[in-house]
Amino acid sequence: MSEKKIKRRDFLFTATTAVGAVGAAAVVWPMIDQMNPDASVKALASTEVDVSSLTPGNTLTVLWRGKPVFIRRRTQEEIDEARSVKMEDLIHPEKDEDRAINPEWLVMLGVCTHLGCVPLNDKGDYNGWFCPCHGSHYDTSGRIRKGPAPWNMEVPKYEFVNESTIKIG
Amino acid sequence: MSEHDYRPKSKVGQWFNDRLPLLTLANHLTDYPTPKNLNYWWTFGGILTFCLITQIVTGLTLAMHYIAHADMAFESVEHIMRDVNYGWLIRYIHANGASMFFLAVYIHIFRSLFYGSYKSPREIIWILGIIIYLLMMAAAFMGYVLPWGQMSFWGATVITNLFSAIPLVGEGIVTWLWGGYSVDNPTLTRFFTLHYLIPFLILGLVVLHIWALHVPGNNNPVGIDIKKPSKDTVPFHPYIVIKDGFALLMFMIVFAFFVFYAPNILGHADNYIEANPMVTPAHIVPEWYLLPFYAILRSVPDKLLGVVAMLSAILILAVLPWLDTSKIRSAVFRPLYKQFYWILVADVLILGYVGAMPAEGLYLLIARVATAYYFLHFLVILPVLGFKEKTLPVPLSITEPVLGGSPNLAAARNKESKIE
Repeated sequence: MSEKKIKRRDFLFTATTAVGAVGAAAVVWPMIDQMNPDASVKALASTEVDVSSLTPGNTLTVLWRGKPVFIRRRTQEEIDEARSVKMEDLIHPEKDEDRAINPEWLVMLGVCTHLGCVPLNDKGDYNGWFCPCHGSHYDTSGRIRKGPAPWNMEVPKYEFVNESTIKIG
Repeated sequence: MSEHDYRPKSKVGQWFNDRLPLLTLANHLTDYPTPKNLNYWWTFGGILTFCLITQIVTGLTLAMHYIAHADMAFESVEHIMRDVNYGWLIRYIHANGASMFFLAVYIHIFRSLFYGSYKSPREIIWILGIIIYLLMMAAAFMGYVLPWGQMSFWGATVITNLFSAIPLVGEGIVTWLWGGYSVDNPTLTRFFTLHYLIPFLILGLVVLHIWALHVPGNNNPVGIDIKKPSKDTVPFHPYIVIKDGFALLMFMIVFAFFVFYAPNILGHADNYIEANPMVTPAHIVPEWYLLPFYAILRSVPDKLLGVVAMLSAILILAVLPWLDTSKIRSAVFRPLYKQFYWILVADVLILGYVGAMPAEGLYLLIARVATAYYFLHFLVILPVLGFKEKTLPVPLSITEPVLGGSPNLAAARNKESKIE
């Protein structure tokens, strides 16, 4: 066989494979991406909550993007407790000041960062939350203190629209 | 083997068989030489085939009435239970059928472990079996989500969240699995689709599993290679067919007991409460057949390592043929392995028990010890045992211990009396 002939074949072979691979990827991607959140799911991105009836020491649970959000109006004791914790005692160090801009209000996803259960209010060894599924304890700032969860409960993007209304998302 | 010279008797049969040799296949399956000493632990292959077909037939009929939508799924299941003719029967067979399927598969797997059926030349049969087992777990998990009760919802949440343990891409994968920001309608519809698909994948793998089995032929309680066909074998039909049929009948009595007398005993009452994303049930427990792995997951205090340990506990089985260094297959001739085998059985049962209990105090301690032992068995005990263990002499044929006339006879007799 001459050298020229082999090269021609090689080129055709490589070019065909390349086009085939690109084509296959172009077909596979829509098949994968169709499983990602669709437009209607993404559209439910924010919700407004009236918190005027919430008294200190109580928690309101609302649904946002299919997940519960805890809105806790904290007592002074709870705030003091959360703010007096040393950073080195925390599994996932975060200052309470950064988690609750307005110290009286703690807003966070009521989802355990271990495997996604909803922790129970006013339970556990740190007076905050306790997850019944696999025993994670959270403090009054929603920070993980004991158990298998790796992170603190997530604080979503939220803002006070006025005195009594919180907009989440 | 006999099928090579098989020729259908009728002219039509010959004409057809020359074009598509289905009759040759049927002849192979009926004449297939089987070791004559197979005991009742070998009947679970047939029982499992029955389980798979039962699940497919009852599943197809349930799918005619079920509605895969987050707002209607729970009600449609109640509709099946109350309104659909014999709906209660079909659903109870399907739900308990899953448990029966796992009961049979665990016996089947532990049979292999006892008699060394996973060893050369049957590694591929074994690995295909492990893949089938993994698919069974996926199908069972997704099927459990479909009634959209509290356990369905929170089981789905916990299991899909296992993927969030993967560094960097974990959260993205979970969102992709859910099709949203939590388990919701998109999750339900895709789980229904996959739950429908997987049994047919299993069916295909079962064909490969049996095909791979028919290359070397069955292992047997003595665990030796035998000549086929010979005086050590009997044709599959009628000998094995009758034996499998009788065992299946016994199995169906147990099955029927659950369906008719205790249809909900293996489930959780919480699953008769409709899914509520705001409240997690106080105790989330998976179905009984997943409990040992759940115990392993919870025994590790780190999220990622817990998931890794749980997956390793299953995947370690796939490399078992290379971890077990002993050339002797059957535990009958391995006095030490036989003891470790029963310790492993106890260990898995203990893991199953603590998996159902809260993960704290003594239960957690037991779970940790049992998890450590599980891995110790496969990673240390089995490889070392192959070199250290003094095995008993193995007979040269299945017939030998019965008919005598070999230098091994005395040893064989001795063994037989020990087994009794």
